[in-house]
Amino acid sequence: MTRHRGRGIASINYPIGMNLGGDPSQALVHSNPSGKFTVALSSIDLGQGMKSVTRQICAETLGVPVEDVYVDTADSDTGPHCMGSFASRGTHRVGNAVMAAAREARGVMMEAAAEELEVNAADLETDGRGNIHVKGAPHRSISTKDVAIAAQFKQGKTISGRGIFLVPLSNVDPETGEMSPATCYAHACMVAEVEVDDETGEVAMVRMDSAYELGRALNPRLVEQQLVGGAWMGVSHALYETPEPYYPDPSHGPRDFVEYLMPGPGDICPHDIAVLERPAPDGPFGAKGPGEMCANPVLPAVANAIFNAVGVRIDDLPITPEKVLRAIKAQGGARPQARR
Amino acid sequence: MLELRKDIFADERDDNLKEIGKPTQRQDMLGHVTGTSPYFNDHMLQGMLHLKVVRSTHSHARLRRIDTSEAERAQGVRRIIRGADVPVNLNTLLSLINFGKDDEPSLAVDKVRYKGEPIVAIVADSEREAFEAIAKVKIDYEPLATVFDVEDALKPGAPVVNEVYPRNTFTYHETYDRQQLRFGDADRALATADHVLEQRYQMSPIEHAPTETNGSIAAPDTNGRYIVYTSTQALFFSVDTCAKILDVPSNTFHFIGGTVGGGFGGKVDTLTEPLCILGAMLTGRPVRYVFGREEEMQYGPPRGAERIYIKDGVMRDGRIVARNIRAYFDSGAYTRLSSYAAVKCAAHLPGPYTIPNVHGDVYCVFTNRTPATAMRGFGVTAMDFAIECQMDKLAHLVGMDPMEFRILNAYRDGDMKAHRREAKNTALIECVQVAAEKAKWPIREEFRRMSSRKDGGGARAAIPATPPESHAPVAAPSQQRTTYDRAPVATREPPPPPPPPSSPTPPRPNAPSHGATRFSSVFGTRRR
Repeated sequence: MTRHRGRGIASINYPIGMNLGGDPSQALVHSNPSGKFTVALSSIDLGQGMKSVTRQICAETLGVPVEDVYVDTADSDTGPHCMGSFASRGTHRVGNAVMAAAREARGVMMEAAAEELEVNAADLETDGRGNIHVKGAPHRSISTKDVAIAAQFKQGKTISGRGIFLVPLSNVDPETGEMSPATCYAHACMVAEVEVDDETGEVAMVRMDSAYELGRALNPRLVEQQLVGGAWMGVSHALYETPEPYYPDPSHGPRDFVEYLMPGPGDICPHDIAVLERPAPDGPFGAKGPGEMCANPVLPAVANAIFNAVGVRIDDLPITPEKVLRAIKAQGGARPQARR
Repeated sequence: MLELRKDIFADERDDNLKEIGKPTQRQDMLGHVTGTSPYFNDHMLQGMLHLKVVRSTHSHARLRRIDTSEAERAQGVRRIIRGADVPVNLNTLLSLINFGKDDEPSLAVDKVRYKGEPIVAIVADSEREAFEAIAKVKIDYEPLATVFDVEDALKPGAPVVNEVYPRNTFTYHETYDRQQLRFGDADRALATADHVLEQRYQMSPIEHAPTETNGSIAAPDTNGRYIVYTSTQALFFSVDTCAKILDVPSNTFHFIGGTVGGGFGGKVDTLTEPLCILGAMLTGRPVRYVFGREEEMQYGPPRGAERIYIKDGVMRDGRIVARNIRAYFDSGAYTRLSSYAAVKCAAHLPGPYTIPNVHGDVYCVFTNRTPATAMRGFGVTAMDFAIECQMDKLAHLVGMDPMEFRILNAYRDGDMKAHRREAKNTALIECVQVAAEKAKWPIREEFRRMSSRKDGGGARAAIPATPPESHAPVAAPSQQRTTYDRAPVATREPPPPPPPPSSPTPPRPNAPSHGATRFSSVFGTRRR
C-alpha cells in the first residue's frame, strides 16, 4: 500500500446576481427620535450575514456608528420587495438598495443638522461616532440624537430614505446567446493537495491554498466564514455527496446523515486564503459577493490533484474510493505524475 | 487563515472607510449562540394542526383511483386535501417573471411523474396521526414507462415525462429546445487546431442538506388574513407564488421569515407554504407543514445532475482556439428553476478565458426524478468542474504548467466575451498568481508579470465572424398528447443496470506532436 500526494489547481469566475426578468431589491431606512436607525428589508439571512453586512453598509453611508443601526428582515408587511437571497445577489443588490436609502436619509439628517447649527448642509460632515460638525470646525457640532429630536418634534422632518437597485431585464438572443448576464464578476484560484491511497482508493485532503477576488471584503470575518465553509462544501461535492449514488439509476438513495456522506471534523485540512479586492464599479463600496463561487474551484482542483497523485482522471462526481480504485486497477497501478 | 492582499489593485480603491472592512460581530450572533433567534418552527400556536402528504411510490404512473375513505375516518384527521381542492393546481415558479409554462401541480391529479410526488395532503391533530392516516390512503397506480437518463429522454419514442413539454426539453424563445451560444466558427477552428480533445463529464445530484428542513406554519389572522412563518429564501417570491396557487390577493398574507437555518438554494421553491395555508383556510386552525429529513433528502429538490461534453482545439503554444460545449441539465419531472440555470450556464461559457471560437448548446431536460432546483453556484458549478478538469488535461497535452496555461488563456480587461459583452474589472490572472505564491508553486517570471489590466482588448475585442445556421424550428410533436401520455405502456421498465465503472483514458503524452492530433474519449455521441 502506498499513499501518493498530488496537487491540482482550478481557476474560475462567477457572475453576481441573476439576469432573468430584471433583478430588483428595495430598502427603507428611518430614524427614531433618538437617532437610532432601522433598515426594513424583506431579504433573508440564511446564516450568511445579510443583516450584518447591510447594517455596516447603512452605518457607513449615514456616517453613524454601526451600533446605531438595526436591520429588520423579513416581514412582508413592513419590508419592501426583494427578489430573494440567491444568485450571490444579496450583498450587491440589497447592499446597493440600502446605500441608496441611507443616502436619502442622510440628506434629510444633514439638512436638519444644518438648520440647528445655522449653517449650509454642504459644510457639514459626520464623524462616524454619532456627531455632525462643521468641516474644519469640530467644536461646532451636534449629535445625531439631537438632530433626530429636532427633526421629529421641531422641524417636522422625517429622517428616512427609500432605495431601490434594479438590474434591468437582459434579453437573450436565441441564436447567438448574446446577453448581459451580470454587471460584475468575482474570481478565484484554488490549489488543492490530496493524498490518495492506492490500495483503498481513498482520498484525503492535505491542504488548500486559495486566492479569491471579491470586489471588497465588507466584513472580512463574514467573508472568511463563507470561503472556509464554501470550500468544504466543494470538497464534499467532489468526494462524498449525492442523493443518487448510482445516477442515473435513482435507486439506493440515502435518507439521513448516516447514509448521506459528508466530511467530518477528522477530514478537515488547513486552508490558507488570500482575498483580493478589485472594486466593482457598481458594487456597494465596490463589493461583489463571495457566497456561491467559493465552492466552485474546489471540485476540479481536487480532481486534478488526484490525477497528479495517481494518474487517473475521474470525470464523474462524486469521486468515491470505488471509482478511484477501479481506475487505478484499470491502468495497472498508480502512476504518480511530476511533483508540483 | 485569511489574508487581505491590500497591495493588489490598491490604486482602484480608497481604504479610508469607518465601518466597511471591519470584522464587526454579526447583529444576530447573541441570539444564535444562546438559542433564542426565532426560526419559523419556533412558533408553537394554540390548536395547531399538522400536515403531511401522501407521496407517490412510483416514478411514473397514471393514477387510476385515489381512495381516502378510510383515512378520513382515522383518528385525529381533520381534513383531507386533494388536487381538486387547490384553487390553481398548476404552476411554474418563474411564471412570476413570465418565463416558462405552468407545468407542476401542488397535488398530482391524473398522473405522477416522479417517485415522491405529493398526491394527497392530510391535516391531523398530530404528526403521528397524519402519518397513520397516510398509511390508510389507497392509490391504484398504472405504471408507465420511465426515463431517467437525460440523453435517453431526448431520443425519439422516449416516454413523455411532462405533457406541457412533450419533447422532454424546456422550450426557449418559444421555439428552441436549448439555449444556444454562437461566437466565431468553432468547427473551422477545430479543424485547424494542433490538438483536439473531447471529453465527457458528469455532475451528480447534490442535496442542500440544510440544518433546518423546509417548512412553514400558517395561521388564520384577523380580518381574513393569514400569517405565515416560513423558511423561504425569497419572501415575496413565496408570497406571490401562494397568491397565485390559492387565487387570492397577495396582501391576504403576512409572511414572516428572515432567519433561516441554511438554504443553499433549496428554499426558493415554496414547497410547503401553499398547502400549509390551504390547510389553515380549510380548517380555520393554524397548520404546520415541515419536511422530515428523508423528505428533504429524497423529495425536496436537489442540485440537478448535469452531463457535459467539451471539445476543445488547442495549439502547440498553449492557446485555445475553439471550445464546443454541449450540456444537459437534468431538471427532473418539472421545470422549477433549471430553465434559468441553462441560460446562466450559456452566458458562463467558455469559462474565464478568451477563446476566439465558442459553440454552446445547453439543454434543460425532463426525466422521471425529483425536480431539481437552484443550488449554490447554480448553472455554473458543474460547468466549472468540467471546464477546469478539461483545462488540466489540455495543459498536460501541450506540456505546459497548468497555472501558466490558465494565465496564458485568461480573459483580460477589454476582451470580448462569448456572450458579446466586453470583459471589465477582471482579476483571474491575479488570483492565479497569488494562489501560486501562497502554494509555493513556481511559475515563470513572464507569467508573474502578466496582468488583467494589460494586453487585453485590441484584436481580442473583436466579435468574430459567426456563420449563420440553418435552424429548423422544433416541429410540433406528431402525436397530440393532452393530459397524460397515452402511449401503450403496461409494465414498468426494469431498472437499468448499475453504471459501468468509469474507465479513465490517459491523456496524450506530452511530447510535441506534429500535425493534428485527434483524441476523443467520446464515441457514439449524438451529433446535433
